[in-house]
Amino acid sequence: MTWIPSTDWIHVLNLEDVPVLGARVVEGAAIGLVAVFRTEDDQVFALRDHCPHRGGPLSQGLVFGHRVSCPLHGWQIDLESGKAQAPDVGCAQKLSLRREGNQIFLYKPQLDGNPP
Amino acid sequence: MAKMRLVVIGNGMAGIRTLEELCKLAPDLYDITVFGAEPYPNYNRILLSPVLAGEQTVDEIILNPLQWYQEHHITLHLGVAVTRIDRVRRVVIAENGLQTPYDRLLIATGSTPFILPIPGHTLPGVISYRDIRDTEQMIDAAKRYTHAVVIGGGLLGLEAANGLKLRGMQVTVVHLAGWLLERQLDPVAAGLLQQSLESRGLHFRLSCQTRALLPNERQDRVAQVLLDDDTSLDAELVVMAAGIRPNTALAESAGLACQRGILVSDTLQSYDPRIYAVGECANHRGVAYGLVAPLFEQAKVCANHLARMGIGRYTGSVTSTKLKVTGIDLFSAGSFMGGEGTDEITLSDPSGGVYKKLVIKDDQLVGACLYGDTADGTWYFKLLREGRSVGALRDTLMFGESNVGDVGHEGHDKAMRMADSDEVCGCNGISKGQIVQAITEQGLFTLEEVRKCTKASGSCGSCTGLVEQILMNTLGSDYSETPAKKALCGCTDHTHEEVRQMIRKHHLLSQHDVRQFMEWRTPNGCASCRPALNYYLTSTWPHEAKDDPQSRLINERAHANIQKNGTYSVVPRMWGGITNPAELRRIADVAEKFHVPTLKITGGQRIDLLGINKQDLPAVWKALDMPSGHAYGKSLRTVKTCVGSEHCRFGTQSSMRMGVALEQLLFGMYSPHKVKLAVSGCPRNCAEAGIKDVGVIGVDSGWEIYVAGNGGIKTEVAQFLCKVKTDQEVKEYTGAFLQLYREEGWYLERTVHYVDRVGVEHVRARVVADEAGRAALFQRLLYALKDAPDPWKDETAVVDWRQFESVPLEPRPLEEQS
Repeated sequence: MTWIPSTDWIHVLNLEDVPVLGARVVEGAAIGLVAVFRTEDDQVFALRDHCPHRGGPLSQGLVFGHRVSCPLHGWQIDLESGKAQAPDVGCAQKLSLRREGNQIFLYKPQLDGNPP
Repeated sequence: MAKMRLVVIGNGMAGIRTLEELCKLAPDLYDITVFGAEPYPNYNRILLSPVLAGEQTVDEIILNPLQWYQEHHITLHLGVAVTRIDRVRRVVIAENGLQTPYDRLLIATGSTPFILPIPGHTLPGVISYRDIRDTEQMIDAAKRYTHAVVIGGGLLGLEAANGLKLRGMQVTVVHLAGWLLERQLDPVAAGLLQQSLESRGLHFRLSCQTRALLPNERQDRVAQVLLDDDTSLDAELVVMAAGIRPNTALAESAGLACQRGILVSDTLQSYDPRIYAVGECANHRGVAYGLVAPLFEQAKVCANHLARMGIGRYTGSVTSTKLKVTGIDLFSAGSFMGGEGTDEITLSDPSGGVYKKLVIKDDQLVGACLYGDTADGTWYFKLLREGRSVGALRDTLMFGESNVGDVGHEGHDKAMRMADSDEVCGCNGISKGQIVQAITEQGLFTLEEVRKCTKASGSCGSCTGLVEQILMNTLGSDYSETPAKKALCGCTDHTHEEVRQMIRKHHLLSQHDVRQFMEWRTPNGCASCRPALNYYLTSTWPHEAKDDPQSRLINERAHANIQKNGTYSVVPRMWGGITNPAELRRIADVAEKFHVPTLKITGGQRIDLLGINKQDLPAVWKALDMPSGHAYGKSLRTVKTCVGSEHCRFGTQSSMRMGVALEQLLFGMYSPHKVKLAVSGCPRNCAEAGIKDVGVIGVDSGWEIYVAGNGGIKTEVAQFLCKVKTDQEVKEYTGAFLQLYREEGWYLERTVHYVDRVGVEHVRARVVADEAGRAALFQRLLYALKDAPDPWKDETAVVDWRQFESVPLEPRPLEEQS
């Protein structure tokens, strides 16, 4: 079954725009900067680019497995849930992301600050 | 396929620790069954003394609640002793008749107390001190009776005596040897200990043997202890603490080779390779350990084998001693009694209650015995285990680590004297009380565990010594010291050293190859090992191994320093700290054009432009048109210079010329950690060369070179390397030293720590004495630095430029869509 993008889903990036084990920053959402991560197994994840600890830009962290290590103080954030790994406690906002083939879509209403 | 079956006999600390390690490595490999003779889940046996002393409760010392066994699908038989092992059918048979087959068997039956076979030893009221039941009996006896005798003045005996005294009994310790703790202390220290315990109301009978235990009139309980000098002591409670014996009865009956313990190999296997043994019941290379730290090392190796990894080997442990009696501070390790061929350094202050003895043999610390002030126990223990040469430290060794360099914050160097509210870790704001609480409540034993759990000492690491002291003071002898062999990170058991060797030996060129070859547990490493591997690969095989930007932390990836608000700082290079009007004009123009909020002079004589947005970095670099200052890298940072002979009336050498030449020579040099140099033109040393990784000081006849100084976390004065005559020699010796550090230093190890580890003699031998070796080191450095690109300018530099462009939140332009 083919998924037909609606106007709510914005095709912001293609997979090859994001470095493997790296991230890109999407600018212009009402909720702030958005980090789009790519893991070694070519999965992609989106989080608000804001560490629950001191607000560090997670997009600038080092990506390993399905985690990113915050560039400011090394908190480890799970890319799938946004949750900080123990002993740290906190959660980065997880954002809806859709990948169709090479194309990566973000969900506009959520980026506008509306619940999905 | 059915899982293999692992049966564990013994539900104590050694057996369960092995299972914990195994569950981390291979959670699904085995169906696991555990037999425990005691009716409790695994508890922290070493905290029985605090329970007896009323400082903790039984519930508080449980390490693995029943839920833990359930979560790991472990079948647990509590209060069920195993009576027989049938090695032919590979079945263990329990006292209730239950038969459990095994593919692998782990024996961790611990030890049994030695009960003196004297008349009356079976009377009620005569107990040993081994488990929760013994402890409860003692607590109960203390409520109902007045007099107690403890037979044995060893660690356990004294802890029992202290606990009973605190619970209101009158206690006498009967001890066979001429002084207390004769296996841990020399007579002088033991004398101080005895005084201190006597002042708490304990009584002692030394050099004294027990002849018999006599019953009361009703013949239903012990009433007196008869000694060999025909005197007697009242005692309604007798605690036998005269030693322990490995509990090998079961293994012996199964025909396993035993000799004061089940004989095990370096892989913790008995003579039957399906059967492993760990802990107090095992005899490894002739030693059955009675402390907990070695058990944990054994557990790790044993689990590694059970998980079929097969890379671990246990090669024995050095143990240290500490008494868990609140308010009494003693520590000993190694051959503290001294003897032939050894030197002893002693410090004795009997009225101050302090006594220290260090035993040195062949320039190595081989033993230490401390009483009253044990703050440096962990440091001595570390020196002892590492077998480092202490020749250079000998004069000041007695005065401890705080005398050698800084430890801790607010001037704290003695954990004992800190209040619970005092801050230990200044980076993460962790107090002493929080650490102690984590250690006791969560059952932590190692520095690594404390770091993981509390974050203390996990950032800059300068409070590591304090945290180790707190661990040791909280756990006593059972403190599990940081192993001499330390894994690079959680992804592997290999050390930095092993990884480096393998990369060199097998010509490994990519991280993937290293991880595969060395059996990493993770597919693409972690934030600790990736930068390290990237450095080891590129430094070992320059121009061959490819740099991986995604394995560099953000500063080295963006070639600028990230700040707390996500902006960056830019430090252009000014060779030797020298600039000119054109550069200053460009810097001023850039600052205005890009609205740079802060301009600052750095400690390394550079100008720092702070608060630049990431997207602006390429434009800023272009407008500055100056080389990258590498203020962001584990690399050559700066060469700081004084004015020198060109202007200064005292200058003897041209420090600016020398500094510029060194900085240009070393441009683009990556290293295990940052490297800072300084060149002063005369011994007044205005460039502060004494606290730099390499400090060069001009004298009338040439240059003096100093290495491994540090002005950061650990303030350390640089050590004299050599004196040379010409500029070229300065370059060659400096280059050779830095190349040696690049080849041998561990990632994130500053030169001060590197030289501390290998010894300055080693550095002198390689860099000063060995002329051909020095030339070769220097050539390798030149080769590695050949064509070193400037990441701000050169297209050959590996930079992912996409990082500087942010993506707009709008549909991707169609013409670019694939």
